[in-house]
Amino acid sequence: MTLALPIILPLLFMVVLMFTRRLLVFQQTFSLIASIGLTVLSFLILQDIYQHGIMTLQPGSWKAPFGISLVADTFSAIMMLTTSFVAVIVMIYSPGFIDKERQTAGYYPLSFGLLMGVNGAFITGDIFNLYVWYEVMLTSSFVLIALGGSSEQLRGSIKYVTINFVASILFVAAIGILYGLAGTLNMADLADKMRNWEQGSYINGALMLFFIAFSVKSALVPFFFWLPASYHTPPIAITALFAGTLTKVGVYTMFRFYSLFVVFDQQFWQIFILVLAGLTMFIGVLMAASQFDIRKILSFHIISQVGYMVMGLGIFTVAGIAGAIYFTIHNMLSKTNTFLAGGLVYQRSGSYDLKYLGGLYKASPLLALLFFIPAMSLAGIPPLPGFFGKFFLIKGGFEAQQYFITAVAILTGLFTLFSMVKIWNEAYWKKEPEEVKQRDGKVHPSTLIATALLAVAVILLGVFAGPVMEVAMDAGRQMVDPQIYINAVLGR
Amino acid sequence: MLILLALLIGILYGSAVYLLLRRSIFKLILGLIFLGHATNLLIFVASGLTRGKPAFIRGVVDETLGMSDPLPQALILTAIVIGLGVTAFALTLIYRFYKVTKTVDFDELAENE
Repeated sequence: MTLALPIILPLLFMVVLMFTRRLLVFQQTFSLIASIGLTVLSFLILQDIYQHGIMTLQPGSWKAPFGISLVADTFSAIMMLTTSFVAVIVMIYSPGFIDKERQTAGYYPLSFGLLMGVNGAFITGDIFNLYVWYEVMLTSSFVLIALGGSSEQLRGSIKYVTINFVASILFVAAIGILYGLAGTLNMADLADKMRNWEQGSYINGALMLFFIAFSVKSALVPFFFWLPASYHTPPIAITALFAGTLTKVGVYTMFRFYSLFVVFDQQFWQIFILVLAGLTMFIGVLMAASQFDIRKILSFHIISQVGYMVMGLGIFTVAGIAGAIYFTIHNMLSKTNTFLAGGLVYQRSGSYDLKYLGGLYKASPLLALLFFIPAMSLAGIPPLPGFFGKFFLIKGGFEAQQYFITAVAILTGLFTLFSMVKIWNEAYWKKEPEEVKQRDGKVHPSTLIATALLAVAVILLGVFAGPVMEVAMDAGRQMVDPQIYINAVLGR
Repeated sequence: MLILLALLIGILYGSAVYLLLRRSIFKLILGLIFLGHATNLLIFVASGLTRGKPAFIRGVVDETLGMSDPLPQALILTAIVIGLGVTAFALTLIYRFYKVTKTVDFDELAENE
């Protein structure tokens, strides 16, 4: 029964918040407490799964292949926990950053709609149900990205809505074809059937459609253009929430599908995914290097970092997957943190454009420190989690003898450092440009607290890399041997 | 029937892609609607057409009589409803966009950026 809560609770919270839209203070406190509640719940679920193995629930007592099953393995639980933690931070940050109009126009209820969709996508065991959760999550994000309706936001959201709609359509088309071929939509049942199937390689057509749909959602290389064109338009707290939750759902689903359904032509899929991963991380980071808007640099970085996660998938050993999972946790925290720190810069100086920024280190060392921690973590400097994430991935790559992709990963790390140093130099170290009067804006305490809290979490993730990695190894073992998942759902 | 439907799906997909590539935002929305319809039909055809057979049979099931599968229709129904919601949102979005920018042309949109 516990497993239904991560979906039901956000729904309840959303309804409550929807009816109390005008009560600003209530919305703020309620959302904060609610998201803390969700984090505690996800932590308890993770603990239970780590001790007793995969958790399943068959709602309405419909037995596994016939009803919609809910399944959570260690990977799902880790993702849920990280998502809800990011939500807590964003809920602390938002009251000080997002203007009152947007806050009372439904920002809080929509955020919980987003969380419901994300949690649903993490724990569903049915492909069509997964599509429904994707839509729940996307529809909330459509409204969130357009919320406020400035001309820039509307431009961004038209691109965002169109490309995501097309991707969803490909997703449904793939489901239709898959159902026609296999006659089942329960993930475990399907995976089980595929392993005893003679002509199962027909399934690759549908799998390719799935792959395209998920790579659009997670912004893999030929399909990433929508992300930098739309992510910088809403207020940065919303961007941070998207970066920390939404884009990673595509990656998660790709992992799940690869582990369960890639039975035929594994060689092809592995090379295909590794090539795309390499291109993604390299092109993303190169494009980031040429930008001058903080938000755009960070948006291109999201793409590059997705490449790392998918690289772990392409390696597909326990160490590789575990490295990718650790890297995903690190990325959700550090990436959100850099966005939030960018928001602090904006509050202080009124601009995201590096050409109009400068001298922030002198003006406020605290702001500089709060950017420095996550930025160095993303670049992969030792005591911080980014280093361990890359280290585990690269180690996994060498062990699996995938030398080329590993070399690309190391090279990309260097470029990441370059663009983080670029923001650092331009915004913090450079003398402030003379022609621009520095707007001496007030930094709201709540935004400062949220960013600092997240920075502490980033440091802790680095310090406790060992225990976290152990949990990630457990998740990796479950991914590499899908029989565990299948048996858990089908009750064998 | 199968061939007819297959042709229809092809035509719908073709016109959807054509409309998506046009400059006008309104045609873009039409393209999205076509894409949705094409996909719904695709699910319908891909999961096998059965004619004149009941979906539910009470009591003993006679294999020789055959039955049609109710699940694809449930899937399509869900997809239609979701598509409707997203289309409604997209329509309000372009209406708002027109109000703010006074244009429905993508080229002008790019120039202003």
